[in-house]
Amino acid sequence: MIMDWALLTEWTIKSLVLIFGLIGGFAYLTLFERKVLARFQVRIGPNRAGPHGILQPIADAIKLIFKEELIPAKADKIIFIVAPIITVIPALIILAVVPFGPDIRLFGRTITLYISDLNVAVLYIMSVTSISVYGIVLAGWSSNNKYATLGGIRSTAQMISYELALGLGFVGPILLSGSLSLVGIVDAQKNVWFFLYQPVGAFIFWVANLAEVNRAPFDMPEAEQELTAGYHTEYSGMKFALFFMAEYIKMIAVSAIAVTLFFGGYRGPLVDQFPVLGPLYFLIKVVAFLYLMVWVRATLPRIRYDRLMAFGWKLLFPISLGNVLLTAVGIGLVGITGNNLWLWFIPVSTILFFLLVSHFAQGAVAGGNK
Amino acid sequence: MLNNWLYIGLILIIAPIFPIMALIIPRILAPHKPSPLKSETYECGIETVGDTWVQFKVQYYNFALIFLIFDVEIVFLFPWAIAYQQLPLFAVVEGILFILILVAGLVYAWRKGFLEWF
Repeated sequence: MIMDWALLTEWTIKSLVLIFGLIGGFAYLTLFERKVLARFQVRIGPNRAGPHGILQPIADAIKLIFKEELIPAKADKIIFIVAPIITVIPALIILAVVPFGPDIRLFGRTITLYISDLNVAVLYIMSVTSISVYGIVLAGWSSNNKYATLGGIRSTAQMISYELALGLGFVGPILLSGSLSLVGIVDAQKNVWFFLYQPVGAFIFWVANLAEVNRAPFDMPEAEQELTAGYHTEYSGMKFALFFMAEYIKMIAVSAIAVTLFFGGYRGPLVDQFPVLGPLYFLIKVVAFLYLMVWVRATLPRIRYDRLMAFGWKLLFPISLGNVLLTAVGIGLVGITGNNLWLWFIPVSTILFFLLVSHFAQGAVAGGNK
Repeated sequence: MLNNWLYIGLILIIAPIFPIMALIIPRILAPHKPSPLKSETYECGIETVGDTWVQFKVQYYNFALIFLIFDVEIVFLFPWAIAYQQLPLFAVVEGILFILILVAGLVYAWRKGFLEWF
């Protein structure tokens, strides 16, 4: 019984560390984004609060706490208040199945650096990510504001369109590792990262992720010029901050998942000898992906809505189906011939297929100017 | 295995604490001076005309329907993908046929113009 309490305490501490880590990560991700974006635009960025602006997130938080919160008279009050909570919770719990490092010995106990090693971790991620759509559509609807409603509906259509490519992106690593558990998938990448076998799969997964978290160039639900602020137009103060938080935590989460699926998770040189290096490698990889997200935002203009749907359905979805098919064929060839070199059939054939389809689908995605 | 779900349950209990705190603390600290002008619907300073909760474009519904079909089929691919390396050739061919049926469905929807946005 004492053992059980120890376990329970351990897992409570780990959960709290994960959640507070994510919240802290969110705070500094906003600063990171503003700084990097400023540098892209030849500006300096926030530099007043503390040295190099490192206290800026704290200043922002204090400002938001002391802001008056408005609820529009016409809004559906209960849903209006519940919607931000529904949006944040999935973002906070999604990383529970991701391993941050190998097992570590601390205080004479073996501590695993993940909350839970579910054997259906991939399904867990897919289902949790789809819950956050509800928060956004409910926020848009309950505001009783035309911009917000349009933003909410747009966001739903966009998220479900890209979820197909996202789901198929998971299938590649599952085929290669034969496991739905993320711990299993990371272990299967001991020698070769799946990125090398699945370059097209990783690319599609990444693009679909950008659309899934409503990041530029797919930030249609919050297109300032068209919809003011999209689904959170009517939100102010901490409720607005919760939406903001959900978006940025989801950025961290999808980067972490992409790293786990395709880039070896916490794996790197010398990890088996020094387990402490695991979380460090993981952090470096995640930050690299977050930088990529900011870079994309600084570089690409927003895509038009009809092209956004066409891009998802006519380009990403067929390519990801072909990717799954060719991966299956490649692994089948390894099984038949018994020669592991056939695994390299997968990247070669998928890249060729990608180039072929994108060449022919260009016209379909660009569409006519109606 | 049951333990793993227990840990998910634990984080599910802990996770809502923060957002709920974030809603309660400003209630105490933030000023509260409501006025009818403040709580009007925000539409860039112009008074709203008409109702917001109206019928919207049917195309969103079409896309939702297509999504539902394909999403279920993708979930069916998962068990096949896990067991792939131990499957006999028959099951492999069957899985590939299944993907080809998916492709046929996509081509049908495409030809029927369901993927056009106008």
